[in-house]
Amino acid sequence: MRRHVTAYGFLSAALVVFAVFSWYPIVRGVVLSFQQVNFVTSPDWVGWENFERLFADPLFGVAWRNTLYFTLLALVLGFGVPFLTAVVLNELRHAKGYFRLLVYLPVMLPPVVTALLWKWFYDPGPGLFNSVLRGLGLPTSQWLDSADTSMISLVLVITWANMGSATLIYLAALQTIPGELYEAADLDGAGIVKKVWHITIPQTKFVILMLLLLQVVATMQVFTEPFIMTGGGPEESTVTVLLLLYRYAFYYNDFGTASALSLILFAVLGVFSFLYLKITKKADA
Amino acid sequence: MRTLTRGTGPAYWIVLIGTLVLFTAAFLLPLVWVLLGAFKPPAELAQQPPTILPRTWEPGAYVDAWNYMDLGRFFLNTFVVAIGAWAVQMAVIVPAAYALSKLRPIFGNVVMGLMLATLMLPSTAILVPVYLTLTDLDLLNNPAGIWLPAAANALNVYLLKRFFDQIPEELLEAARIDGAGTWTTLVRIVLPISRPILAVVSIFAVVAAWKDFIWPLLVFPDPAKQTLSVALQRFAPDTPINLLLAGLVLASLPMVALFLAFQRHILAGLTAGGVKG
Repeated sequence: MRRHVTAYGFLSAALVVFAVFSWYPIVRGVVLSFQQVNFVTSPDWVGWENFERLFADPLFGVAWRNTLYFTLLALVLGFGVPFLTAVVLNELRHAKGYFRLLVYLPVMLPPVVTALLWKWFYDPGPGLFNSVLRGLGLPTSQWLDSADTSMISLVLVITWANMGSATLIYLAALQTIPGELYEAADLDGAGIVKKVWHITIPQTKFVILMLLLLQVVATMQVFTEPFIMTGGGPEESTVTVLLLLYRYAFYYNDFGTASALSLILFAVLGVFSFLYLKITKKADA
Repeated sequence: MRTLTRGTGPAYWIVLIGTLVLFTAAFLLPLVWVLLGAFKPPAELAQQPPTILPRTWEPGAYVDAWNYMDLGRFFLNTFVVAIGAWAVQMAVIVPAAYALSKLRPIFGNVVMGLMLATLMLPSTAILVPVYLTLTDLDLLNNPAGIWLPAAANALNVYLLKRFFDQIPEELLEAARIDGAGTWTTLVRIVLPISRPILAVVSIFAVVAAWKDFIWPLLVFPDPAKQTLSVALQRFAPDTPINLLLAGLVLASLPMVALFLAFQRHILAGLTAGGVKG
């Protein structure tokens, strides 16, 4: 008995913090989705009105389309590039420390710093990227200033800033592949592409799948970069779900509709998070 | 160990040099470009094609940026937020993980399960209700508004618990026979053994707090209380570009220094999050 009392004494601070800032807000978020909040009178129950308002908002569809487009681009780049980088780095026996240091350096920069730096690089006039392109005699781009390229520009920033973690996690996974597998493949006369396809990828598929899901969850919540670099423009081409949520909550003070949007986002992401936990448990066992 | 290729021939050296050039260009040059950019006067920064080395060196930009944006204040605010977030999180999760791992109370598994369930929840899905709860508790413009929600970190509870689980029971039993209480056992036996995992969790807690943007943006409407990230994005539109660049460099220095100092811990900690091959 005393053991249980002591244990809950040790747990008490965590229980309070989780209850107030995690468990209770989950419940409150669901409740808020069906309420109208104005801080003056007590909240009114409004049924599905908040959801109806969302579905009637043309930006709702735009925000989801943008977010899915963003997630797709971020997967192609943010998933493919780190994996290939890790495969190449795993073959190199020189300057290992230098590569690891460099690829992880951007991860340490505050996202606001990265976003403001890249905004300066993207400047269509004297910006770094167009200057380099001009210097090489190549066509320049409007980058963030055109609705056609704004999203891919954001994806480039995010990939640059975050690929360090994924690369190093893949690298750690690659190092657990038994060398005999490659030796056996050599005896069979397999080429590099064949070996990657038949050995490297299958041997690391848990890690690949896990990072893939984590990345979907993270990219669908993208906020800082569009908030700072484009504010959702041009022509609403970079309004993401979270940016729309922020507008509802903090521009229009419509916390009910913002919560309804959270709930929808949660339902979508919940599926991915659930799969992630399932896979981690399996890999952990 | 054998890997994909066995290369030592010319192909290996070409790939090595190519990767060196590519990595340096992609990750180092942009940062050098900013570092140099801050030394150039605004007129030189606007000219095309750009100068590579500053034609006129203006090292004063770093001092001017510090004064113009009052960076000292925001450094202090960020420092308080980050160190406090670390201290509060440790004070909350270390005893909790210890209780769940070694004291194993009734319903302990249920508690751990409820904590882990919050991991399925994207942090932004509870943005609005947490914000309203902070408002109710009058925690806006108060660093505790960052510290307390950050302490509810289920992943770190889990990482600590998993590490504590591996500490042999006999060690704790021996301490108990010597008359050590539960608290003494935690401080004298468990914590010293757990230094590696504590280092990893601590570093990541500080880095996460320093990098965070959306929470400080919501919690600190008062400009005087803001963190560096929030202040920099507020100053960005009407700050001369050379001063802004200098400010961005200065704001990054603590994290870069931390990385260089604890590189091994940080890179090892990356794979501690339950990721295996």
